[in-house]
Amino acid sequence: MEPLSNRSKKVQKREMTFAERAYLPAIAQGLGITLKHFFKKKATINYPEQTRERSDIWRGLHVLKRDENGAERCTACGLCAVACPAEAITMIAGERKAGEEHLYREEKYAVTYEVNMLRCIFCGLCEEACPKAAIFLQDDKLAPARYERDEFIYGKDRLVEPLKTTETK
Amino acid sequence: MENLFYFLASLTLLCALMVVISKNPVHSILFLIITFFTISAHYILLNAQFLAVVNIIVYAGAIMVLFLFVIMFLSVGKNERDLETSAMTKVAGTIAGGLLFVVMFAALKDAHVGTFDAENYNSQIGMVENLGKVLYTKYLLPFELASVLFLVAMVGAVMLGKKETGERHF
Amino acid sequence: MESVDLIYRGIFILVIFGITLLIATYSTYFERKIAAFIQDRVGPNRAGPFGLLQPLADAGKLFFKEEFIPAKANKALFIIGPGIAMLVAGMSSAVIPFGDMLLVGGREIWLQAIEVNIGVLYVFGIVSLGVYGLMIGGWASNNKFSLLGAIRAASQNISYELAMGLSLIAVIMMTGSLSLREIAEQQQGFNWNIWYQPLGFILFLVCAFAETNRTPFDLPESEAELIGGYHTEYGSMKLGMYLFAEYINIFVVSAVMSTLYFGAYNFPFMENLRSAISDPVLANNVVTIVGVAVMFAKIFAFIFFFMWVRWTLPRFRYDQLMKLGWQILIPLAILNVVLTGGAILLKDYLF
Repeated sequence: MEPLSNRSKKVQKREMTFAERAYLPAIAQGLGITLKHFFKKKATINYPEQTRERSDIWRGLHVLKRDENGAERCTACGLCAVACPAEAITMIAGERKAGEEHLYREEKYAVTYEVNMLRCIFCGLCEEACPKAAIFLQDDKLAPARYERDEFIYGKDRLVEPLKTTETK
Repeated sequence: MENLFYFLASLTLLCALMVVISKNPVHSILFLIITFFTISAHYILLNAQFLAVVNIIVYAGAIMVLFLFVIMFLSVGKNERDLETSAMTKVAGTIAGGLLFVVMFAALKDAHVGTFDAENYNSQIGMVENLGKVLYTKYLLPFELASVLFLVAMVGAVMLGKKETGERHF
Repeated sequence: MESVDLIYRGIFILVIFGITLLIATYSTYFERKIAAFIQDRVGPNRAGPFGLLQPLADAGKLFFKEEFIPAKANKALFIIGPGIAMLVAGMSSAVIPFGDMLLVGGREIWLQAIEVNIGVLYVFGIVSLGVYGLMIGGWASNNKFSLLGAIRAASQNISYELAMGLSLIAVIMMTGSLSLREIAEQQQGFNWNIWYQPLGFILFLVCAFAETNRTPFDLPESEAELIGGYHTEYGSMKLGMYLFAEYINIFVVSAVMSTLYFGAYNFPFMENLRSAISDPVLANNVVTIVGVAVMFAKIFAFIFFFMWVRWTLPRFRYDQLMKLGWQILIPLAILNVVLTGGAILLKDYLF
């Protein structure tokens, strides 16, 4: 075959020198390398005590925000579910009854709102799609490992931002 | 001490018997190993520590490992048919055993057990220094001849195992 | 023997046995720690401070696991196998001189369990028996991989025993004694055998790796080809006993190497230390205790070396292992014997 680039090098199989055949110098060299690593700084992060430093725009666990009066912002328009490339979001819409104005901001609200954390790829497109600024991906929380698959389907109980009842300001 | 001797002797005989009786060849070998150990214990009773340890190193530690090795490879005794012996074998075995008994009887008939002389007995005779001295002075020729014999056996084994030109293994 | 001596011997044997077990237990911890450090990790650090209780947790786990015996296994031998491995491993530390003599109340106390005039051969004999535990366990499992592991262990141990014995002969020729205590005494101060027997030491070291089935010679338990080798079918504490026996063997081999080549309990300037203290009894005791500490420091250094090598070198191929044993180590050991003999004759001729 004609060489195309002329950059290939001819490999020459030469006889090994005595030091190479004795194998011991190579072993000593290897031991030196491992000893160097023995005293190196460890790469491990001791997880529960230390956490990996995250970027400011890290996309973690979802949250459904409330407005300044504590009413849920989500109107169950379904744009997030449409935008979701992994089809992780489902919801059922409902009509707000009289007397529930302090709970839901708009006349329509999400009766159920579920995110399947096993499907979610944390791309943040739901956040982009939301016209009411209701869903956000937090930068400080993760979806932790669990034992059962159904535990990964996060309902409103775990997604909606808790009410700031104790806040006096 | 006497009780210990009788205990060891009966254990040795029992294990030696089990070597012959056991149906499973691996069990036979294991009993043979125990026999070597009890024989080593006898050597220690005779204050011959060197012989005891060398017996363990050479026989229990090396030769028996090779025996076990070969038997494990052959894995005999797995199928029961191999164990059935024909009438011919039984007759031949009886005759051979009887002949061995006759030979033993003839050989040991006139033998007499050496008496124990407490006055002149040297308890250090089995120690490694004394043994070495005796081997390298009084019995030098047989010792060297035995080593030559081993050398010949070794050369023979190497010759058998040597690759012929053009022959390829694995 | 006096009854006091007998009691002392009994206590000493128990202490040595306890220390052996303790060191073997913590070897597992240090093995994991050293492996982790070499691989830029932290290693076990959850059970207790720095993970120091990890060996206890491991032992507890092994004890509470289900005892499992395969249906077609040879039950008696399956149980005896790990027992033999453990028994043989525990026996060999009996003749090692861990220290010189202590003077307590006018009584001489030697820090050695049994003094026999064939100590080296005793260790050698016991080490050669260690393979039975592996072979019996491997065969009794009735599993092809176990059997292959057992067979590998047997042929490897026999092959390397020869080179080990031959490299020992050079040391014995120099010291003129088979007693480990005498060999230790002859290496007074800094007059260690390693200065006279560097080649012999390297041969012995390589063979020690092979005899204890440590990487790069851990073919009997190579998980890549043989699953677990001879202990494939073992679980719970029976597996624990095999692993334990391996660590005890490492401890004993380290102790033997320190005794034979690195001057046992002797350390440089020990005579200066002895003469610096005016009271002879106190001086003797101080030197002895420092000597014991030095001995254990040497042993730990060797144990560290064993682990260091384990996480550095890859495993040999089986034909390479056999070639190294029979075609390189044994001729080198014989050469070493011849050289040592020549040097001894030359020394006699010149001086």
